[in-house]
Amino acid sequence: MEDIEHIQKEMKLIDGKGRRLDGRKPDELRPVRIEAGVLRRADGSAYMEWGGNKVLAAVYGPREAHPRHLQDPARALVQCRYNMAPFSVTDRKRPGPDRRSVEISKVISEAFSSVVFKEQFPRTSVDIFIEVLQADAGTRCAGLTAASVALADAGVPMRDLVASCASGKIDGVVCLDLNKDEDNFGDADCPMAVIPRTGEIVLLQMDGHLTYDEFQKAMSLSLGAAQRLYELQRDALRRRYAVTLQDILKESPPAPMVAGPAESEPELPAEDDFGSEGI
Amino acid sequence: MQGTEGLRPIVIPGEAVGGPGLKPGPGTYSESGQVFAAQLGIRTERDGLVTVIPLNGRYLPERGDAVIGEVVDLGPSHWLVDINSPYPAPLHATESPWRVEFGDTARYLKAGDVIMCHVLSVDEIKRVQLTMSEREARRLTGGMVMEISPTKVPRVIGKQGSMVSLIKELTHCQIYVGQNGRIWLDGTDRDTAIAARAIRLIEERAQAFGLTEAVRELIERARQETRGPGPS
Repeated sequence: MEDIEHIQKEMKLIDGKGRRLDGRKPDELRPVRIEAGVLRRADGSAYMEWGGNKVLAAVYGPREAHPRHLQDPARALVQCRYNMAPFSVTDRKRPGPDRRSVEISKVISEAFSSVVFKEQFPRTSVDIFIEVLQADAGTRCAGLTAASVALADAGVPMRDLVASCASGKIDGVVCLDLNKDEDNFGDADCPMAVIPRTGEIVLLQMDGHLTYDEFQKAMSLSLGAAQRLYELQRDALRRRYAVTLQDILKESPPAPMVAGPAESEPELPAEDDFGSEGI
Repeated sequence: MQGTEGLRPIVIPGEAVGGPGLKPGPGTYSESGQVFAAQLGIRTERDGLVTVIPLNGRYLPERGDAVIGEVVDLGPSHWLVDINSPYPAPLHATESPWRVEFGDTARYLKAGDVIMCHVLSVDEIKRVQLTMSEREARRLTGGMVMEISPTKVPRVIGKQGSMVSLIKELTHCQIYVGQNGRIWLDGTDRDTAIAARAIRLIEERAQAFGLTEAVRELIERARQETRGPGPS
């Protein structure tokens, strides 16, 4: 192992021209790609690539809630499981729920609780599964953004999609959407999820310290990014239902087709999906 | 992406679907005078009522629905029926067409049997009760059951049942369409296969215009194909 203390002093996270390690400007997102309806068996699903993150989300329900004592006679439960694959990080992650993933599952399910019309489905549960296949910081935001597409794909009634993006502080500069190195060696990370239409915040966490002004800055960056992600989410859903029309007469299409990436790339020209840091 | 010919525009949850003066119907909600979509679907507007017909979603039982269910469990005076919804649906012995002695339910319906029945009642906490007292209700024997998305059922049935009648007529199959997305088909193997294909076509192309013609064409072509080189 390298001496982390030593690296921290050497690491310049922002160069003289105000560019970050992967060449982004402080208010720039990593390249994002969303695909809706990628799984056959789930009621709704989505796959998302966000910089070096690869996340799969699946939604079931509303379905009978089990165990029975969890059922709420007045409304549906929104349950979420956020899980990281053992191979999603450099050192093998020990499989199974841990303190971190239990916490993330909880905050994500609470975020969705506030948009789903739970009263329409008493005694049921809506189950959201988020599998992180490859992690590069910001997986809870990626998971949440993908899961919200999956929820819409499943036809679950909800007030709006939820879009999520983190901001943080690196080398004293407030930046949008930190990647792995920036997250590890930066000063603060602040994931946020919003309902883009109303601007309501449904998830807000912070690791590290920000002053009030820095926080205001971070928040406005995240809110702006959420609007951009919202457009990508909506585009993914539209594309999903445009596809069914093109291959009409196929009886039951084989394994999920790899729909051409089309013009799903956002405004950023990406040299490489994994960013310059390489996983 | 959108606005392809023959495609109705899709609305996404949270999208504004109507201004003030319009009433929110199923699949929508209103907030500060505006109407928004609550589900992914197709927007329709009639008499000032905006609705979103969902493209996907679960079946929620409603009173009077004709459904096709599978018996999954039996009690001494009732059967528990899976009707493809989030709620368990019991069929009480008194709602069956037979005179059932207490504890003798297994003589009439066993786990695995498929029945055509109706939803007798759904209360506010969504407790469902089924009935087989309607004339068409019965145990289904033979044939096959296929499942489609419950949201596509109205398209399969068509206006006043026009679409099912068309399929029945062209394929000589007996067909029951349950509101819960289960469809029972019976006929010769070839006819059933063609009817099933036609129904899949409707399911996949539910949002397209000119569906009836497409279905007619599919069935006629399929029938010709299978008939042409055949031995008869």
